[in-house]
Amino acid sequence: MLEIVELTGLATLQDSGRRGGNKFGVPASGAMDWFAYQAANSLLNNPPNSAVIELGLGEITLSALHNTTIAVTGAGYEVENYVWTFPLWTTFYVRAGWTVRAKKISGGNWAYIAIAGGFDSPVIMNSRSTYLRGGIGSALKVGDVLQSFASTPDLLKLAARDFPPVRQGLPCPHKTQPEGCGTYFIDVIPAPQADWFTLEGIRTFYESEYTLSPSFDRMGYRLKTLSSPSSAKGIEKAITKELISEGMTMGSIQIPNDGQPIVMMADAPTAGGYPKIANVTRASLPLLAQCEAGLSKIRFREVTVEEAQKNLAGISGYKKSW
Amino acid sequence: MLKPLGDSAILIQLGDAIDPALNQRVHALDVLLQSIPAVVETVPAYCTVLVHYDPLAATYSKIKNLIEEKISHLDESTHRPSRRLEIPVLYGNASGPDLEPAAKTLALSPSELIRLHSEREYTVYMMGFTPGFPYLGILNEKLTLPRLSTPRTRVPAGSVAIAGSQTGIYPVDSPGGWHIIGHTPLKLFDPTSEPPLLFAPGDTVKFTPTDSNRNVHVAIAPPAR
Repeated sequence: MLEIVELTGLATLQDSGRRGGNKFGVPASGAMDWFAYQAANSLLNNPPNSAVIELGLGEITLSALHNTTIAVTGAGYEVENYVWTFPLWTTFYVRAGWTVRAKKISGGNWAYIAIAGGFDSPVIMNSRSTYLRGGIGSALKVGDVLQSFASTPDLLKLAARDFPPVRQGLPCPHKTQPEGCGTYFIDVIPAPQADWFTLEGIRTFYESEYTLSPSFDRMGYRLKTLSSPSSAKGIEKAITKELISEGMTMGSIQIPNDGQPIVMMADAPTAGGYPKIANVTRASLPLLAQCEAGLSKIRFREVTVEEAQKNLAGISGYKKSW
Repeated sequence: MLKPLGDSAILIQLGDAIDPALNQRVHALDVLLQSIPAVVETVPAYCTVLVHYDPLAATYSKIKNLIEEKISHLDESTHRPSRRLEIPVLYGNASGPDLEPAAKTLALSPSELIRLHSEREYTVYMMGFTPGFPYLGILNEKLTLPRLSTPRTRVPAGSVAIAGSQTGIYPVDSPGGWHIIGHTPLKLFDPTSEPPLLFAPGDTVKFTPTDSNRNVHVAIAPPAR
């Protein structure tokens, strides 16, 4: 059990997502950064769908009500446990009465705090993921006591682990350094309405440098142009008719009438009526999720579905390496 | 007709119109798709089905072939399991503040508008925008109105509204630009009840004018065929 003693920002319980609700208008929700979420649970040998705390836009201080082991992953945070500071992607033993604090530093947006056994909370439509706009679950607040499931009695065995792919530089969506010119390249696959845009519009999309606008949330990432090859900053359309609403997914990039891309994230509506120019690959979503508003420079790079699925398979097997 | 939407979803486009017959094909296909093992979930819409699949369980070309095989079996005889729901509605007054102005714009009396709205059976074309919102059609063409020029910042849950050739019900308090002509006391989305959602895509819906808020219930029956 953990009690929340201080909290700024947004902390919610998330798991691998709520599947099956999309056709009723209920989005999948789940972690913004699926890779960090999975790593946090696998570090603790938790069942793969266990709920964790997702923390963003602020800091949290937790007090342990019994002895446990905790893992924290993600980006943009460091962790204080009692008197020690730990980097992310590690586990540490926490004695009853100690406080654990996730402190915001630069380098990302979201941290994932997992507990041995996984957090317990009501299951709604087969998931513990919070979806605030739909009234499913609620934002965590000071005074909340979070229950967890029983774990192995040998908590020390789970402690002092670190996550090999991140520590050893194996293929992984999180790069501490961006590629040349300080730019993060995000892989995308052309979307069904890619041919609704002019060639100039497509060129603007792939050759512009973007950053995240400051008002980002779990629903969507609105992008701002930093530099563009074209005099018009917006992405130009060749077809201007209205799109008949159709399903979309996390990573779908809609181009509204102002021509500035919006990337749909975990809590995005299940369907939309703006044309979609491209879709971020699952392998690139964690990196995009952690891009910092106003700081990280983002460019899009076209890949095929086959390449994207190969890249995804390459980073999906780590949980089996323990 | 089949296009990738990222590496974990594929969009099936069966046409490009808001049309009842086309939408029937969408829902018929949606039923067939559920038996493909790698399919995680589907989103049937007006003229498309978005199929979310597990890319670690099936590659794009594999899932594409499986879907094409299902489409080849899609014909008029495909059985569509569907329900018919009767929804009690309080029209006008505080329950439907736009009933009178809408009737005036349409050159109808309020009671005529109510009759034209409640005499038809509608299909849930798709759901979305908010959890549990049913897009219903097709409205009698005498009821076609553009959206409100200034959307409301808060439309109360249960509001029955019309816009364009469609009608819908707001499941939760939310902003909205449709004309509110009535209200149903039924809950369309309640995360704590089981099942949490009243409607499903493909359902048949009929509105029944009522004058009481009390003892309302939804009548659910198999479709009359």
